[in-house]
Amino acid sequence: MIKVHLWSGLRRLAGGAEAVTVQATTVGQMFDAMIAAHPGLEPFIKAGVSVVIDGEVTAGGRNLAVKPENEIYLIQRVKGG
Amino acid sequence: MPKDELKAGFRLVGTRPNRPDGLDKVTGRARYGADIVAANMLHAAVVRSPYAHARIKSIDASRALALEGVKAVITRADFPTGLTGEDWNLQENTIAGDTALYDGHAVVAVAATSALVAQDAARLIEVEYEVLPHVTDVDAAMAPGAPVIRAGNADHSVPEGMHPNVVRYIDFGHGDLEAGFAAADLIREGTYKTEATHQGYIEPHACLGQLGADGRGEMWVCTQGHWYIRRMCAAVLGIEAANLRVTPSEIGGGFGGKTTIFMEPLALALSRKAGGRPVKLVMSRAEVLRATGPTASASMDVKIGMKKDGTITAGQVNFRMQGGAFFGMSPIAEALPCAFACYDIPNLMHEGYEVLANRPKAAAYRAPGSPMAAFAVESLLDEMCRELSLDPLQVRLKNAAKEGTKSSYGPTYNRIGLVETLEATIAHPNLSAPLGPNQGRGVAAGFWFNHGGETSVSLQIGEDGTVGVSVGTPDIGGSRASIALMVAETLGIEYEAVRVNVVETGSLGVNEPTHGSRATFASGKAAVEAAESAIKQMCARAAAEWGIDPEAVEWADGAARPAGENAGKFPPLTIGEIGAKMGGTGGPISGHHESVPGGVGASFGVHVVDVEVDPETGKSTVLRYLVVQDAGRAIHPAYVEGQYQGGAAQGIGWALNEEYIYGADGRLQNPMFLDYRIPVASDLPMIDTVIVEVPNPGHPYGVRGVGETGIAPPLAAVANAVAAASGARLRTLPLSPPKVLAAIKAGQ
Repeated sequence: MIKVHLWSGLRRLAGGAEAVTVQATTVGQMFDAMIAAHPGLEPFIKAGVSVVIDGEVTAGGRNLAVKPENEIYLIQRVKGG
Repeated sequence: MPKDELKAGFRLVGTRPNRPDGLDKVTGRARYGADIVAANMLHAAVVRSPYAHARIKSIDASRALALEGVKAVITRADFPTGLTGEDWNLQENTIAGDTALYDGHAVVAVAATSALVAQDAARLIEVEYEVLPHVTDVDAAMAPGAPVIRAGNADHSVPEGMHPNVVRYIDFGHGDLEAGFAAADLIREGTYKTEATHQGYIEPHACLGQLGADGRGEMWVCTQGHWYIRRMCAAVLGIEAANLRVTPSEIGGGFGGKTTIFMEPLALALSRKAGGRPVKLVMSRAEVLRATGPTASASMDVKIGMKKDGTITAGQVNFRMQGGAFFGMSPIAEALPCAFACYDIPNLMHEGYEVLANRPKAAAYRAPGSPMAAFAVESLLDEMCRELSLDPLQVRLKNAAKEGTKSSYGPTYNRIGLVETLEATIAHPNLSAPLGPNQGRGVAAGFWFNHGGETSVSLQIGEDGTVGVSVGTPDIGGSRASIALMVAETLGIEYEAVRVNVVETGSLGVNEPTHGSRATFASGKAAVEAAESAIKQMCARAAAEWGIDPEAVEWADGAARPAGENAGKFPPLTIGEIGAKMGGTGGPISGHHESVPGGVGASFGVHVVDVEVDPETGKSTVLRYLVVQDAGRAIHPAYVEGQYQGGAAQGIGWALNEEYIYGADGRLQNPMFLDYRIPVASDLPMIDTVIVEVPNPGHPYGVRGVGETGIAPPLAAVANAVAAASGARLRTLPLSPPKVLAAIKAGQ
């Protein structure tokens, strides 16, 4: 099981929890499991989010591996100049 | 760790060889966007809305079409319908549909046999408008009763009851805000505003497009990202991406503003309508300022709680940003996490609103959002330090984020170098330079994430042992030199034996633009991987020649060598010898690497500026400026210093002079460099730099991106220096002389 921390705007769509726990080995599976458990998250995830894995901001590629020991945060999609 | 010690193990990395593009640029040989020509070429001109918000009632191009030499006129009717999301935004911004959304919005385009004829034809096109109410200020745009720019654009995040111009809402934080403020000895809050500024690249947007009736075409364009140009043009025009080949020109500055399209589909659509003749489109400076991506304007509330010893106990921000008349263009999602990113603060809350306004579609600008956020937070911190008689740098050091700190936006930091950067700043001699009357010193810190992104690189070994490297990231800040250094270091050959080329879209897999300070990091990392791949092949060729196992061959100093005495005694085979024979030993040798590279390292910077304010005029003169920033490792230090200095120079302009000035009619009042005043050489002192090197463990040579962080601190650093020099604390930029003078007089 992996633990995914949510920004506060998402928490109201996930039962108020600061984080959700899902079964997944990739970011894609993680998104799918989160949406299945909390359908209200779908428009936010589909609009694009950045996934921070162990402190590194990623664009959230679906095949990225995630493990139970990773620290995982969702943040708003970050763009650079 | 001393810089020299870090570099001890490298032969080339950290040296300062000649720039590969230097001679081309100083002799005029470099070909920029407007330098590209083609046989049978037409020239284009664009008719733009003179109104901030207006319904387009009719367009009559008959007089223009009757003019000799005019070959095509296009309107929105020449583009496909049914686009959605960002594709629709791109198309709508390229050419208005039924409504012009800002002053300068393209409405009609014309192609003719010369630029003069095209401009004459544009003047003959009659557009009838119905002027609509407009709004350009971010706070006014979200107030009750503000004109609605486009209803139904708000996404799922916006709370009920907000004005329809509010299209996005973000909130995040951690800890117990109430308890954090209760624990503070001093709580202060303030509202800070920044105006929109332009990236101010010297080269205007320019392209040459050719598109046939069969949907196949080519484009030569000044851009930071030609795969983005390809994808966006294909979407806007309804053609297939693979049928459009895009070649980037040399680039005269981008700073984020050339990561998207503004007028490129117009050239292609005109070409298609003119029977496939190539069409050249070059923007004037006024068009660049009116119709290409400035950054957002911002209105920001900040509240901070601090103990008497300087410990920050709580922080709260509420930011409003407009990014023009299009959803998703403000950097609100970037500004918020940057606000307190430099500090370890247990109790934080961030809220932000994106708001539509009748302004051009904003584009990225160097660390999007971070300079505004730093202006607000670092200004208030400075005020509190002065009120508590605390050293502002020591307060920043006391609260500095470090490896293991829970960042303001949630995740735990990896190896970062803010503490080392602050320590290097405190040790710098500029800090002890004496200050005279009406002079003041300001400091500020700043942060940027940096980025990896889709990357594809190819490397080819030549028959003479020289090496070509094909990258897809246009060189806007020295990446060709840095990549050549890393490849030469890896292969054990000379820097001059490596040529890095930025190649067209048909030559590599998809590359994201040069954005997010990623080119030296991502293309460099991929080039090193490609070089390693080529080394393996060259070792295999040597092994075959020697009749030994490939694992028994190692690569050192530009040659394959037996890996030990047991491998046998053979003289080294150099890269030149292997290259000369490769046609007969298995064919060409090349290396490729495609990835979305991980291991991105965030970057922090600290700036110190000394300013003198003339109490008679309010004019601020920058006397001394210091940039200290963590580069991870500086591959080519001269380019790194150039990035630091460039970020500071742009930030000084933003702080002191630059602003979009809109009249009551919603029209931009200063669409030229005479009135939109960027700093020139005589406005600036030599900007001192210190490269701190806390190597990024996620890159083979320790690289962190360096291009963007340098623009985050200057706005606040300059404002803090002006406050120290004059006693006038201004919370709205720019700090133009009349504004500073009025504040001085108000305080007397």
